[in-house]
Amino acid sequence: MVEAIMSQINRSAAQMNATVLANKRVGQYHQIVFGIGDLVKSCRPGNFVAIKVGGDSSRMILRRAFAISRVAESVSFGGTMELIVAPHGTGSKWLCAQPEGAEIDIVAPLGTAFGIPTAPVKALLVGGGYGSAPLFGLAEVLKSRGCKVDMLLGASTGAKIYAPMEGKRSVNSLKIYTEDGTMGETGRVTEPIKALIENREVDVIYSCGPMGMLSAISALTVGTDVVHQCAVEEAMACGIGICMTCVLPVMGDDGKIAMLRSCIDGPVMDGAQVQWQMVGQVPDGTP
Amino acid sequence: MADGRPSSGWHTLSTFDFSTTLGNAFFNSPIFTASGCASSGKELAQFFDLRDIGAVVTKSVMNKPRYGRPTPRMAETPSGMLNSIGLQGPGIDAFLAKDVPWLIEQKSRVIVSIAGETVEEYATLARKVRSVSGISALEVNISCPNVENRGLVFACDPDTSRRVIDGVRRTIGGEIPIIAKLSPDVTNLPEIARGVVDAGADALALINTVLGMVINLDSMRPHLGGKTGGLSGPAIRPVAVRAIYQVHAVLPNVPILGMGGVASGRDALELILAGASGVSVGTASFGNPSAVIEIQRELHSLLIAKGFPSLKSAVGYAHRAEEK
Repeated sequence: MVEAIMSQINRSAAQMNATVLANKRVGQYHQIVFGIGDLVKSCRPGNFVAIKVGGDSSRMILRRAFAISRVAESVSFGGTMELIVAPHGTGSKWLCAQPEGAEIDIVAPLGTAFGIPTAPVKALLVGGGYGSAPLFGLAEVLKSRGCKVDMLLGASTGAKIYAPMEGKRSVNSLKIYTEDGTMGETGRVTEPIKALIENREVDVIYSCGPMGMLSAISALTVGTDVVHQCAVEEAMACGIGICMTCVLPVMGDDGKIAMLRSCIDGPVMDGAQVQWQMVGQVPDGTP
Repeated sequence: MADGRPSSGWHTLSTFDFSTTLGNAFFNSPIFTASGCASSGKELAQFFDLRDIGAVVTKSVMNKPRYGRPTPRMAETPSGMLNSIGLQGPGIDAFLAKDVPWLIEQKSRVIVSIAGETVEEYATLARKVRSVSGISALEVNISCPNVENRGLVFACDPDTSRRVIDGVRRTIGGEIPIIAKLSPDVTNLPEIARGVVDAGADALALINTVLGMVINLDSMRPHLGGKTGGLSGPAIRPVAVRAIYQVHAVLPNVPILGMGGVASGRDALELILAGASGVSVGTASFGNPSAVIEIQRELHSLLIAKGFPSLKSAVGYAHRAEEK
């Protein structure tokens, strides 16, 4: 079993030059669309892309990882990949400044994808900040499988909510929470989840956002049959499994804790297996 | 090929001799992965054919499985990065049972890198490696900076360096070449190099990462979980060139596997001119999964363009006497 998984590392990934087809500001974020041709056929909701930033003479030697927001195929543009990028650091600011027509070196698709249920289920999608971006593509897939899709989005303030008009079509309901009350309800996105679980309105929670939010959701699912698939966020140097920097303590089926790479064993992980209280530590003794 | 996969076989197309040797081990190409920057090869196999490069140098493995250091384990720095992985790994038994057979099945050349906490652990590791056939050479990593106690960096002390290599030589000497991986963080590198060669090292790997630290301005504390980390990437290349040049000057007949910030064919050539018989590509693979194969192609073209008839004729060429 382990061998079968090991031999599939990065099996869909390819390195290519992708053209920027569109780049526009949406609130505090940039929505950037790349032409990636047939590579879209391998991309699944939850996968990420590693992008070379700064140009050839850059002092930034590492790629930047971004969750793939959605992929599409059209007659005029072929296969396209959309990213929602927050211009926080030097690398993401460089990417957000790239004009239409720029050629960008990408490696994609990388990492695990959200598991799609074989039968229709009641799905709750929870996004924090721009972590909502990959959830809209996921919602489309779940909807097409007959799932009920409810979405909760949260952020500190309204400008940090990413909720495109067209994305709202693929969900049954959408509720927004901001901590300062500038959009939607005042409060945290995790607040309504307890009642939804108790009222049996949820079978599977899919989440993407800050680690604190993912940890809080996992705590709410303890002792319930609700499955929690979360996309984790850890600092990565390579994105392809060779640097061992992006590890998290995760409980295996054998009851042992392993330091797993969030790039190839994630980013989508089973929230019940991640040892949230130990993130940033290593277990005592030997594995 | 026997397994039906096409091999590019590009380096056999010209009469130029690209081959190299480290001790009694022969390699078709002088370009290798660097230990700790290619895991055990599976991850990079998606991006190029592992058979086409000189060899895969596997991540340094210890006797027992190991969790490594806490996160954050990485900080990007100008033209470089710090890492503090701390030798996370499966342990030698699982590694030899799973990872090495896979590489040999791919027909990749394999150099196994080992790391220990005691002189005895290195000898135990060497004995276990000896029991597996198909391994081309043994890298003895005595210079990993990510250990709890700086006193455990054997390569910082001439005496402990010699004792580790002596123990490994008694176990495996003469069967496969022993490559001692040294640290640049020492005052007299040629003295340490001479000591391990006297103790039985057939070749030297220069250089391991340079010890460094980043302070996080939000927390105003060291950023890395392990506080200190190893600096790698183009930022350290001049340190590697200096180290290789210094050691080749005093030990011209000892082959050197050079590494440190190589990100292009011209960088690899610089290390070769300084005295390296082979070059490992490490951190460059983090930013570009095809870096190893691209650097190999660039180096091949560059050596021919410079008029060298073979890779070997370029090794140490920067040391030649002044033209009159």
